[in-house]
Amino acid sequence: MKIIAVDREGNTQDVEGNDGWTVMEALRDARLPVTAECGGACACATCHVYVEDGWFEKLPEQRDEEIDMLDMALEVQPNSRLSCQITCSDETDGIKVTLAPE
Amino acid sequence: MNAPSSSAASPENGPSSPIETDVVIIGAGPAGLFAVFELGLLDLKAHLVDILDRPGGQCTELYPEKPIYDIPGLPIVNGQELVDKLMVQIAPFSPVFHLGEMARALEKLPDGRWKLSTDLGQQFIAPVIVIGAGGGSFVPKRPPIPGIDAFEGTSVFYAVRKMEQFCGKDVVIAGGGDSALDWTLNLAPIVKSLTLVHHRDGFRAAQHSVNQMRELVAADEIDFQIASVKALHGDNGVLNEVTLAGPDKIERRHKADVLLPFFGLTMKLGPIADFGLNLNENLIPVDTEKFESSTSGIFAIGDINTYPGKLKLILSAFHEAALMSQAAFHICRPNEKLRFQYTTSSSNLQKKLGVK
Repeated sequence: MKIIAVDREGNTQDVEGNDGWTVMEALRDARLPVTAECGGACACATCHVYVEDGWFEKLPEQRDEEIDMLDMALEVQPNSRLSCQITCSDETDGIKVTLAPE
Repeated sequence: MNAPSSSAASPENGPSSPIETDVVIIGAGPAGLFAVFELGLLDLKAHLVDILDRPGGQCTELYPEKPIYDIPGLPIVNGQELVDKLMVQIAPFSPVFHLGEMARALEKLPDGRWKLSTDLGQQFIAPVIVIGAGGGSFVPKRPPIPGIDAFEGTSVFYAVRKMEQFCGKDVVIAGGGDSALDWTLNLAPIVKSLTLVHHRDGFRAAQHSVNQMRELVAADEIDFQIASVKALHGDNGVLNEVTLAGPDKIERRHKADVLLPFFGLTMKLGPIADFGLNLNENLIPVDTEKFESSTSGIFAIGDINTYPGKLKLILSAFHEAALMSQAAFHICRPNEKLRFQYTTSSSNLQKKLGVK
């Protein structure tokens, strides 16, 4: 399954998203500059992405913990998500995400 | 548990005289704390420097209440509990903590020892420096507003040191956590105007603070806007206005003398980058025998080091601390023989631990 990732310079690349991995893990594995300082514990908001092209609405709803943690993220938009809280699956095949500024 | 002892260096009382010790540890996270234990068994004294105001590093700053399941022998422990247990474990060695201080400069002395200075002017002289700084220093997150650096320290502040400096000012606070709410409540009575800016009408903060804030808004004492700060306007670091944009994306100018962004902390390598050490993508390459950097006498343990096969796990940091300590002993006590002993059987070690 595929993730379309846009980095902070606007470059787009396809990233392999293995089933059950989080989008954060897939981005990091592809050596995109995702800080993810807490390692995926939903505790730091440094894996913030914008979910593009209507994919935001297709994802399972955010947990309260993630909505709260986004308060510590910069430049939050209505399509903001923490990429450590999105799991890759057939349903997310082709999802497009843009890395938020740091 | 003993309260950590700490030595006071502060801008108010001026730099104290250099502290001579065996080992200075930069970073009081799990790596640095356990290093105190392993060094202590070898009779090496340690001082720790950390920019945070309490020991624990990421464990206490990022996930104090999150469970950790891969500490050997502790099937489940949360970040704060692990730190508390480490503090108990190292208490017999009376480590000295220098908290709220950033290690700023490192210099080699003619006698081969190292001189480490902090941002508060404290100096240490030691034959061994151990860098256990994780992902670097925790520093405030900086909003990506163009030109914000020109206003930092004059009109943009990431912490409030003296409330009085904001008396009679038009203040904008950005953020939705406890710091943003607490400072909104504390500053509201003394400022000329206060606007809280947050991206949603919901807050990651104590409910009573949120309620109090809403009461102030209802009473027209403060303003709350669902928006984010897009631009800063002013000259020579003096702010006059900010541009705010809400969900409608329409940009509006808003009067502001002061902007206080509160988005929590993030890790930056900081001055360690200027210590003259070899770095590989902001990590310190070390050998796997001693966990020494390419500079003799400077060791790196925990998340900040790198070597083939490195895993960023707390348990790796513990192992690294033990091996580093053996090497540190030979540097600190070149004329002594290292006696390897087990805590289970050595009455000598048990005496040091205060159990015999």
